[in-house]
Amino acid sequence: MHLTQHEEDLLESDNDAVRKAMELLVKLGDIYGAEEMIEIESAQASGISYKSIGDPGVEFLEGFAEEGAETSVPTFANPAGMDFERWEELGIDEAFADKQQRIRDALKEMGIVLSFTCTPYLAGNLPRRGQHVAWAESSAVSFVNSVVGAKTNREGGPSALAAAITGRTPKYGLHLEDNRQPTYRIDVEADIESQADFAALGSWTGRLVEDGKPYFTGVDSGGTDDLKALGAAMAATGAVALHFLEGVTTEMEPPENVETVTFGEGELTEEYAELTTADDPELVVIGCPHCSPEEIQDVAATVEGKSLTSDLWVCTSASVKTWADRNGLTETIEAAGGKVLADTCNVVSPIEELGYESSATDSAKAATYLPGFCNQDVAFNDKETLLAEVTE
Amino acid sequence: MTAESTNGTADGAIDAEPITEGIGRGEVLRSPVPISFYGAVEPDTGEFIEDGHPLEGENIAGKVLVFPRGKGSTVGSYVLYGLANNGCGPAAIVNEETETIVATGAILGEIPCLDSPEVALETLEDDETVEVDADAGEIRRQ
Repeated sequence: MHLTQHEEDLLESDNDAVRKAMELLVKLGDIYGAEEMIEIESAQASGISYKSIGDPGVEFLEGFAEEGAETSVPTFANPAGMDFERWEELGIDEAFADKQQRIRDALKEMGIVLSFTCTPYLAGNLPRRGQHVAWAESSAVSFVNSVVGAKTNREGGPSALAAAITGRTPKYGLHLEDNRQPTYRIDVEADIESQADFAALGSWTGRLVEDGKPYFTGVDSGGTDDLKALGAAMAATGAVALHFLEGVTTEMEPPENVETVTFGEGELTEEYAELTTADDPELVVIGCPHCSPEEIQDVAATVEGKSLTSDLWVCTSASVKTWADRNGLTETIEAAGGKVLADTCNVVSPIEELGYESSATDSAKAATYLPGFCNQDVAFNDKETLLAEVTE
Repeated sequence: MTAESTNGTADGAIDAEPITEGIGRGEVLRSPVPISFYGAVEPDTGEFIEDGHPLEGENIAGKVLVFPRGKGSTVGSYVLYGLANNGCGPAAIVNEETETIVATGAILGEIPCLDSPEVALETLEDDETVEVDADAGEIRRQ
């Protein structure tokens, strides 16, 4: 791989962390056939929850920070295993909290923005179209490639961190325009109306196309939250990093000579059933990926003046939560018995240790991960239906 | 490439592609199926704990771990690094294809790692002792 003089210097750096980060990127570049490095404008680090990375992760991050690791581009942190202000109230174990705080301290020492969110694009890091970035959380990767039009591979935790420190990543995969073409065509004949419909379409498609790049026809609208749900689902049941929604995210013509499949009403109905294994959830969670202001508004409007018969978590970033606090939405939701939580979500927090055995969600991503990661039975539906079932 | 090395056995050396650097020696422990380190291996002991996996109950510490490729969560990189740091990582890794999760863990944990050996992985047998030379791109039977 060709390296610039500056990159050669990074590879010979006296700073152990910089040298190791550059070595890692060069090795990955060699493995994947990159001819050069490309400068990135921002990074997003995954592997932040203690539940996910465990003791090896804590020791790695602390060791890396001690060796002098420091970010050179804006770098946002993925969700943690707990709300840093409310963990005791939630019943999180003190030993878990201690390890999670050590992770936070190491990230802070490296200069990472303590955003603790999977939707950095809603919390202060919105790249421009065409920019190269190194993002690691799978749903954020999908959103930034497909909706924003920036370019990133699906980075792993350590490689995104190495990119954050050196400010570059090997130029391969989705950084190359030739690799950003559709590989499947999905003709959608079902009516896709709610955000949960988008999520169900996504989970069905991800299972079908695996790491392919689907081009959807027949869906002519879609807001930020809908697209967030679609991409997150495809990245959970498959490894989709880039998709195209005709008339919404792209002006491209539908691809020819690719496999074409139809998604009809039958598939939509079956997908809801596929994602549902419980009918009496103990915990309703809205916010996978993390809620936008509009979603919190929707929840607040639905539960206003009512009383919840199950627990409710509304998960979001600290920045969006500040907005919800100021606008009285947090108060409305908490008066009904729900909680608006920052920094975390039901997938990466230890909810199975908090006594919950069944969860409801409007996220196909959460519905995919909750059974395995959190031992939960799951009810999947749109948020209005889920909330209507647990309010009186 | 010589006739002997193409054959893969005459001089005990098998050519392969280096992914990382260094030399590791140990008994072969081979999995016929991919491995996700996250949730599958005890980071403090190296014991393989994934229910129903062919390696369940084995210990990977000090072994030359031979498996087709990694799978699953990117957190696997941290587990492999943690195993190496705790002194219970594999002595070396041989894959058909080393994907990014295993490559990253091997680089961070300084574990010698090779892929694309010129012979099928099945020719490396459990309990056979080999030396994996990631500098030379060779697996040497002992």
